[in-house]
Amino acid sequence: MRNPYRTQKIAFFFLLLSTLLIVVPVGLIVVIIIQKGLPAINWQFLSEVPQQGMRAGGIFPAIVGTFYLVSGAILFALPIGLLAAVYLTEYAKDNLLTRIIKLAIVNLAGVPSVVYGLFGFALFVVFFKFGASILSGSLTLGIMILPVIITTSVEALESVPASFREVSLSLGVSKWQTIRNIVLPNAVPGILTGTILGLGRAAGETAPILFTVAAFYLPQLPASIFDQAMALPYHLYVISTQVPNVDEKVRYGTAFVLLALVLSMNLVAIVIRSKFRKKKKW
Amino acid sequence: MVDPKFDIKDLSVWFGHLQALKKVTLAIAPNEILSIIGPSNSGKTTFLRMLNRLNALNLSFRVEGEIRIDGVDLLRLDVEALRKRVGMVFALPLSLPLSIYDNVAYGVRMHGEKNKKKLEGRVQAALEEAYLWEEVKDRLQESAFKLSGGQQQRLCIARTLAVEPEVILFDEPCSGLDPISTAKVEDAMLKLKSRYTIVLVTNNVKQAARVGDRTAFFLNGELIELDQTEKIFTAPHDKRTEDYILGKFG
Repeated sequence: MRNPYRTQKIAFFFLLLSTLLIVVPVGLIVVIIIQKGLPAINWQFLSEVPQQGMRAGGIFPAIVGTFYLVSGAILFALPIGLLAAVYLTEYAKDNLLTRIIKLAIVNLAGVPSVVYGLFGFALFVVFFKFGASILSGSLTLGIMILPVIITTSVEALESVPASFREVSLSLGVSKWQTIRNIVLPNAVPGILTGTILGLGRAAGETAPILFTVAAFYLPQLPASIFDQAMALPYHLYVISTQVPNVDEKVRYGTAFVLLALVLSMNLVAIVIRSKFRKKKKW
Repeated sequence: MVDPKFDIKDLSVWFGHLQALKKVTLAIAPNEILSIIGPSNSGKTTFLRMLNRLNALNLSFRVEGEIRIDGVDLLRLDVEALRKRVGMVFALPLSLPLSIYDNVAYGVRMHGEKNKKKLEGRVQAALEEAYLWEEVKDRLQESAFKLSGGQQQRLCIARTLAVEPEVILFDEPCSGLDPISTAKVEDAMLKLKSRYTIVLVTNNVKQAARVGDRTAFFLNGELIELDQTEKIFTAPHDKRTEDYILGKFG
């Protein structure tokens, strides 16, 4: 006998199980990293350079390096991404060129990060002769997060009601003034969200910086954008696989700092978005 | 008729393959209220949005024929200058996400007025003309979304008036309003007539009878009949006009 009620219960159980399975790894990662990494965290760890072949001391240069790289990537990707998004939503006609551009953006998002690394190496390090430097690394990361910034910005711009634009245009206000004064201010929170998600991704990736900027060990801080720098994800890779006998505490401590950095960026994005939703009145 | 404000000849409009207006010819006199009635999809709004060229926002839009404003080919005018002269009030009260004051000041500011005193003067004058000043003068800095629907619609009228147009297009301005708010908006329209040319698209046949000097009846993109409002409502020429007014269809 088929019992629809029981069938539903079984279906419900599997649906819930699948959903819980998503939560488990996230929870475990966070718990393990906190449990093993938190004891390593102290002021010395955050503010000093690595010592004894990176087996002791702190990770300060790596934190600074990641900060520079992320800032550089945003400085490059945000203006370009935002302007491209404005063009795509407000000006682009539905023609072959637009479709090619949109296809390119989708594909850009799907390119594996190690390919970005190779590309950045070939273009910035070798062709433009920037060498392995913060500039090369930032540009590579910037290109990698461009699709994220463009897609979320396009979404944010499209979510501003068309009627606002019509009202503004109907008053004889020019298109650019309309974009500048009505569309953009109302899309800012959405654009910020995308930017921060891009930041998080740029901070966490190893492959794109591998050939373009990351230094194995560099105790002094970079002095210019043409210097190499240490970075958290690469440092983690190095002390986990390349340097023997590194205390587990140091490895997990580094992972903890990286995770905290990325998660707190995501958290900021979530807070901005929810504030925006509450304020939204149309 | 004196020199018409708008002179429209053989105006046809397409959206893709769909023809929305079919060879419409009519003239609109200065300082009259022309009501346009007709069932949905009869081309009323399309016609209205031709007069400030808002249809051009639709990518599949195509137009034939001629529209002249004060004798000048409307399609050759600079579109921003045209829209400054021909204001529009939309079907739903579309306040911008700004304060009451900034809503009214928006257009004026965008057109380059920076003098605070002058801005304040324009805002107050526009709000007074739209019969909203008394209700909002103490809360100008509040969000426009806090106003009621009827107040917001009068705010939209004030916003349009503030840029000092010559013509105001009303696109079913009372479709979302209760009878009292509707009466207030209609009052405002009748008083505005002395200074502006008004074109009113309405689904409400009675509203056309109340405020229109002349009334045009559109059906399936064609202008069926245009005459003095009294005549349209008492002795229409066309059987279809009569049927529509009597509520036999639409």
